Amino acid sequence: MRFLKQLTLTAAALATAAALSSAQADGMQLKIGTEGAYPPFNNLTADGKLEGFDVDIAKALCAEMKAECTFVTQDWDGIIPALQAGKYDAIIASMSITDERKKKVDFTEKYYNTPPAIAVPKDSALKGTSPADLAGAAIGVQGSTTHSNYSEATYTDSTVRGYPTADEYKLDIANGRLDAVVDDVTVLQEWLESDDGTCCKLLGTITPDPAIHGEGAGIAIRKGETELAQKFNAAIKAIRANGVYKSINDKYFTFDAYGG
Amino acid sequence: MTAIVNEHIQPALPPPPVRRRWNGTRTTGWIALVAMVGMLAGLGLYLILAWDSELVAKYGPKYWKGLQITLGLVATSLVFGAAMSLPVAMARLSPNRAVGALAYCYVYLFRGTPLLAQVFLVYYGAGEFRPELQSAGLWLFFRDPWNCAVFAFALNTAAYQAEILRGAIQSVAKGQWEAAEALGLTRFQAFRKIILPQALIVALRPYGNEIILMLKGSAIVAIITVLDLMGETRRAYSRSFDFQTYLWAAVVYLLMVETIRNIWERLEKRLTRHLRRDG
Repeated sequence: MRFLKQLTLTAAALATAAALSSAQADGMQLKIGTEGAYPPFNNLTADGKLEGFDVDIAKALCAEMKAECTFVTQDWDGIIPALQAGKYDAIIASMSITDERKKKVDFTEKYYNTPPAIAVPKDSALKGTSPADLAGAAIGVQGSTTHSNYSEATYTDSTVRGYPTADEYKLDIANGRLDAVVDDVTVLQEWLESDDGTCCKLLGTITPDPAIHGEGAGIAIRKGETELAQKFNAAIKAIRANGVYKSINDKYFTFDAYGG
Repeated sequence: MTAIVNEHIQPALPPPPVRRRWNGTRTTGWIALVAMVGMLAGLGLYLILAWDSELVAKYGPKYWKGLQITLGLVATSLVFGAAMSLPVAMARLSPNRAVGALAYCYVYLFRGTPLLAQVFLVYYGAGEFRPELQSAGLWLFFRDPWNCAVFAFALNTAAYQAEILRGAIQSVAKGQWEAAEALGLTRFQAFRKIILPQALIVALRPYGNEIILMLKGSAIVAIITVLDLMGETRRAYSRSFDFQTYLWAAVVYLLMVETIRNIWERLEKRLTRHLRRDG
């Protein structure tokens, strides 16, 4: 009997949920995948909430598209497979638009483009960012990123070491296992200004290589969903035009992250 | 004498073969077996059909490098672990309570926490204590991720191996100790020449399992930037986004495990030849 009662209750709950979702059916529902370990773009606060530039932009885009969005956090290494598996509908996680990734997913237009840079310990003797300057150095990067691809291709005389997330290479340069780290300039700057970043300083920026770094960060969606891509593109244009982008941008950066 | 005995005492006939009937269990078993063989064949076929010589040429050498790292890492850790396990096992068996408790705590801690956590703690934990380690002259060792991996793996496998060894030693009948003592052997001689060889037969299988577990467990080492087979696989996947990369890694791991299993089968046959009844 108890089982039967539970069954009826579950059925009732399901019916209510179905009624609710059909009531909202006029608005689009989207699940957004992000990493949650890449400040200032997307990271988890101490109480487990997502915040950052990517997250704010995603919310603004959703508002612009009148879509109801929920966020899903996913490890970087599995972020594309999980999109393909349908865990979410779009990746807004500072993903650079590259030819390799374009084979697996579609991208919107870029929503920002900032150059990569190198940070070193404050007492470092390193002078420049060229391969010759960094010969013999141990360079930390986040694995499976454009920065790791670039570093492995460019700094062939250095040891390039890949970490699961940015948090680990930050630990390792602070405790002296690394001579330099390569990442997006805004990511490095945010870290250097925080308490954890007191060990290090910015050495300089790198001129992006379009073949590796791509044309900026875009929103990744499953292949063939052109309608969704067009909606996102229109929304990006709209928030660029109506000042929403600028107000989000100014919350994080002193320059226009959208790039030239 | 033997001839007379053989002539007069007929060897006992083997029992008649049991007729095995087709029942539900047997049918289910066969269906499951056919399904599994079919799946494996499908997997093999997929790998053949999806053969991409560009992919193989690009990542094959990297897999080879990763494989060497994996084998080197596991072998080194196992050797150090084995060396450490003997004193730990002796301590576990010690009549001295304090020594026994200490060894028990060590085993308890390392068997009760994930290897991943241990590797992470050793590597990033050592980083936090850099000034102390530097003044002790140990930083050069802990600076290197490979060393940290061996350190953590060896401590972990030593705990498991000590328990295997302890169980095996305890499984040797007490009469063996007493017989050795009656023959005037010292305790050390008795242990080395009588108890340990018998214990090792018991320990052989669990040892083989431990090696296999270690081999598979080593796949986590990429989190501290040591690019083993799994690390190279993940890197290859992040570049190619081709699911095959993981399949090939699985095949390589499977081959390694199968090799170890075969070696162990032979070892066991050789070590237990005095126990076989078919002569």
